[in-house]
Amino acid sequence: MARAVSTRRKAGYTIAAWIIGFAIFFPILWTIITSFKTEAEAISSPPSFLFFNWTTENYSTVLERSNYFRHFWNSVVISLGSTVLGLIIAIPAAWSMAFVPSKHTKNVLMWMLSTKMLPPVGVLIPIYLIFRDFGLLDSRIGLVIVLTLINLPIIVWMLYTYFKEIPGEILEASRMDGATLRDEIIYVLTPMAVPGIASTLLLNVILAWNEAFWTLNLTAAKAAPLTAFIASYSSPEGLFYAKLSAASTMAIAPILILGWFSQKQLVRGLTFGAVK
Amino acid sequence: MGRITLDKVTKQFGDVQVIPPLDLTINDGEFVVFVGPSGCGKSTLLRLIAGLEDVTAGEIRIDGKPATDLPPAKRGLAMVFQSYALYPHMSVRKNIAFPMKMAGMPEDEQKRRIDNAARALNLTDYLDRRPGQLSGGQRQRVAIGRAIVREPAAFLFDEPLSNLDAALRVGMRMEISELHKKLDTTMIYVTHDQVEAMTMADKIVVLRAGNIEQVGSPLELYKAPRNTFVAGFIGSPKMNLIEGAEAGKHDATTIGIRPEHIDVSPTDGAWKGRIGVAEHLGSDTFFHVHDTGLGETLTIRAGGEVGLHHGDTVYLTPQADKIHRFDAQGLRIA
Repeated sequence: MARAVSTRRKAGYTIAAWIIGFAIFFPILWTIITSFKTEAEAISSPPSFLFFNWTTENYSTVLERSNYFRHFWNSVVISLGSTVLGLIIAIPAAWSMAFVPSKHTKNVLMWMLSTKMLPPVGVLIPIYLIFRDFGLLDSRIGLVIVLTLINLPIIVWMLYTYFKEIPGEILEASRMDGATLRDEIIYVLTPMAVPGIASTLLLNVILAWNEAFWTLNLTAAKAAPLTAFIASYSSPEGLFYAKLSAASTMAIAPILILGWFSQKQLVRGLTFGAVK
Repeated sequence: MGRITLDKVTKQFGDVQVIPPLDLTINDGEFVVFVGPSGCGKSTLLRLIAGLEDVTAGEIRIDGKPATDLPPAKRGLAMVFQSYALYPHMSVRKNIAFPMKMAGMPEDEQKRRIDNAARALNLTDYLDRRPGQLSGGQRQRVAIGRAIVREPAAFLFDEPLSNLDAALRVGMRMEISELHKKLDTTMIYVTHDQVEAMTMADKIVVLRAGNIEQVGSPLELYKAPRNTFVAGFIGSPKMNLIEGAEAGKHDATTIGIRPEHIDVSPTDGAWKGRIGVAEHLGSDTFFHVHDTGLGETLTIRAGGEVGLHHGDTVYLTPQADKIHRFDAQGLRIA
């Protein structure tokens, strides 16, 4: 029998959920509202919430002053590039760990995850020097490589979890049916893991899009993605809240829209295995 | 053709020896059942034949040709798994076509074989459904269909019926037996259920801890079990095994007597006892008799309806020519 939940309790949960949701969304909402204010209104105290002179002048100033589309394109190339490269490396890796585990598979997985516990700044100097020597500083290819490496543990872990859900007997059946390793991965494993691969891809694009530490430290102008575009408005001549907000809004809009349309896939992907 | 020979086949997982050196010959067209308690190595043995596991030592030959190092697909065998192992993202038609597609068979030949298999297995109306939309029995038939279209040298079945309910299991058992009669192809069937083994097999291989305890036809195993393990494992209800003085009277360490070979009388007989549980099935009546002075509770099978009940005193007489004698090692005394 399903647990009976009274209408009042249900209403209580609903209200609590809305409050929490709103609290999480509020900073983004505030950024968007601020982006339509003048600089004076942006720092006025008490702040006005909705009743001020709405203006789009920040957007035109930002678009005039910096090349939004170049940054945007850099972000697209870097996040998609690192995700695709990561998947190409991670699918065979996760396959072998899920289906032909060795005594050390668990250790390898833990070791991979442990790299995520290291503060990135700890390896900034060596990576910076390697990038300098290989001429990768301020290049998109350099960022694709570093973001692939940064997110690879998460991609492998997610795929490993999805692949684990696929019964080994099905792969054995395909082997009996004459499938080579290549056929097995293309015709059987990948189609069955498509939901998992899709949500891994989405999550990783979002992580790579939002990554700020490496993209700020390893780029100057040429390869700078949207994170650098935002940072350029918190500049030495002081903070310009309204323009900073406009830049931020423009930077997060694409990923917010992507997330909105794929939220079902994302939730399914992230709870895969936990909820049956 | 489908003659399979195992020559000193050994399997070790790390330091654990699952299959000690084992010899076995399976003749073309035979229905062979591997039976034994769980963990006896029967599934491992099947997987060694299939090529899903590598043998540690020894040789497997299929139709005289060495197959030990061949990958599964090159052995010409088809396997039906316990979980059916259908491809969930493909329709029934594509599932059945998959091995032919992998073999690069022409489309029209594929279609012909799919239609034949579907007709033989009553799947024609379901060809465009996904496995998820089918019942357990139908899924099992799809798995069999996928095996049939390859026209393999032998079929391997790994406990194919254990996920089905009792009624369906009996039906599928007959379908598989009929399929064997029709195709006349070697079949190797793994089960822990001795009833399945007895009803389906031409030849039963009884396994315990990786060792072959006995190989023979169902009735050979029933009539002349080679040791106490086979004696206790084959036959339902189990054979009564009696040790001690009563066995000594027959110059044996252990004597065995099947429940159906003990006569029951309310008035006189060799052993006296008290009925515990009485199971009245109509066609048969099973009695569990205590306090016989023989040590164990005896199980008795009486034909038809018998007017004896819980607590009644009964007299039991074993049929003298049906007594099995075993020595101190548990081996049969001829």
